[in-house]
Amino acid sequence: MIAVETRDIRYTYPANKKSKGGMALKGINLLVPKGEIFGFLGPNGSGKTTLFKILSTLIQPTDGIASILGHDLSRNTDAVRELIGVVFQNPSLDKKLTVAENLTYHGHIYGLWGRELRKRVDGQMERFGLAARRDELVERLSGGYRRRVELAKGLIHTPQLLILDEPSTGLDPVARRELWDTLAMLKKKNGITVLVTTHLGEEGDRCDCVAIMNDGMVVASGTPDALKAEIGGDVITVHSDAPETLIAQIRDKFGIHPLLVDGALRIEIMRGHEFIPQIVEAFPGQVRSVSLGKPTLEDVFIHRTGKTLWMRGEEAEMVEGRVGH
Amino acid sequence: MNRILLASLSMWRREVVRFYRDRSRVIGGLVPPIMFWFFIGSGLSGSFSVGDGPSALNYRQYFFPGTLVLIFLFTAVFSTISIIEDRKEGFLQSVLVAPVPRIAIVLGKLFGSASLAFLQGVPFLLAAPFIGLNLHAGSFLVSLLVLFGVAFSLAGVGFVIAWQLDSTQGFHAIMNMGLIPLWLMSGALFPIHNLPGWLAAVVSVNPLTYCVAALQYELFPAGSMPNLPPMWLCLSAIAGFCAMMLGVAVLVTQRGEK
Repeated sequence: MIAVETRDIRYTYPANKKSKGGMALKGINLLVPKGEIFGFLGPNGSGKTTLFKILSTLIQPTDGIASILGHDLSRNTDAVRELIGVVFQNPSLDKKLTVAENLTYHGHIYGLWGRELRKRVDGQMERFGLAARRDELVERLSGGYRRRVELAKGLIHTPQLLILDEPSTGLDPVARRELWDTLAMLKKKNGITVLVTTHLGEEGDRCDCVAIMNDGMVVASGTPDALKAEIGGDVITVHSDAPETLIAQIRDKFGIHPLLVDGALRIEIMRGHEFIPQIVEAFPGQVRSVSLGKPTLEDVFIHRTGKTLWMRGEEAEMVEGRVGH
Repeated sequence: MNRILLASLSMWRREVVRFYRDRSRVIGGLVPPIMFWFFIGSGLSGSFSVGDGPSALNYRQYFFPGTLVLIFLFTAVFSTISIIEDRKEGFLQSVLVAPVPRIAIVLGKLFGSASLAFLQGVPFLLAAPFIGLNLHAGSFLVSLLVLFGVAFSLAGVGFVIAWQLDSTQGFHAIMNMGLIPLWLMSGALFPIHNLPGWLAAVVSVNPLTYCVAALQYELFPAGSMPNLPPMWLCLSAIAGFCAMMLGVAVLVTQRGEK
């Protein structure tokens, strides 16, 4: 069974006073089977949040068709809305309300009430370890707990498809692992299909299938293992004080073509451990540091686009600052 | 239970609970208009009176209905400002992807705003007898009805503006530029007969004029304001304004979809 199918989805931002508009999605084709955890991996600006907005019925695509669990997204929006649970990147909790109130009011929006709703609210709080905090104001909760409330809220109407936008933003590593364990459990126990956006390669590894996005397009998709197998061998990263000269020298001497990524040389090669001593001996004094690794999804992204998943400079600091809290 | 009703009720309740938990807002919406009323009213009382004989009004009395409208205007309009943040990072995001008609969101918010305005403004209305104005059961009920119309329709104005903005600064600017003049030209500060032609024209198409006039009917001694528009016209104008703002607000929320 197919959970999500899109054909040639395009989205163009209208021009306004602040921006001149532009194409955020340039033809997205997806086929997501039921019961999978499907990840969209890409940096900020790759279009994954726009795709999230379309699939969660927040905006309509400029062009193309999409269906979710057999319902057309544009024509049968309300039927789709019944079946999906949405977790936003920005908190969608009311901080001035308690945990129980947030869940209850959200249930009302889905037409649930009375004893049935109370049962579901209690059940979700139990499942997410929130029972002891039911009457606490959300503004007093930590980031990890808030994210749990968001998830509980997204599940109150027992959706078949859960859509999450960068759900690990602002979470510490422990809470992040917990979140992914929860998603895996929802898939296994309840058969829920999960769509999730992320800019972290290691989160992509926890998906059954990953679509790598860049510049409004899906540049590659498949299981994480299959994607990584494309690269084959090892990835060597070399830091140097004069990276451009070193690239030219390596090219001349060994006939291979290193990429320059974020000021460092990146070499995809079989049997990397044998190659490292050769570089270091051939160019003494030019290698500041060298590292060897198995390819990650981040490497796949670099391989496909020549860019890293992370932003540089101020933006990166801002994001790191947020993650650190 | 009907889904629109349930969703609206829930949205309404959320507004009231939030308001109750955030009491600094009570002071913010109530104190400035009352200070206005007290200082302007007292200052002009010596030199200004409306009518003559036993039914003449001093300025503190004359200014009372206008102040009531101002309190309801402030509370109702500024309670819609939360929409701006709520849509981008807040509860409203998740309501927007739920299978619930947009009118439920609008109704919940407008009734919520009207309720907050009532919580703040009704105590002031109850002060009317202490400054020599009429307040018996009948005039109290009609005044409540009129004030509900004021709050509901102006919350609608706030809703429509807030829905389309992404910063709260813009909201304050637009509201102060648009609503204060509307209030000034409604008969709240000065009687509306014998005005220069252009001003009379503005006053006659201003919906707040009819709100203020209806309150003056109810609260002032009979015959003290001979030139007010008839009561049926006031009530229809208020009802029409409410219906119009409800419609526009629903249209605005539906734009960009379908």
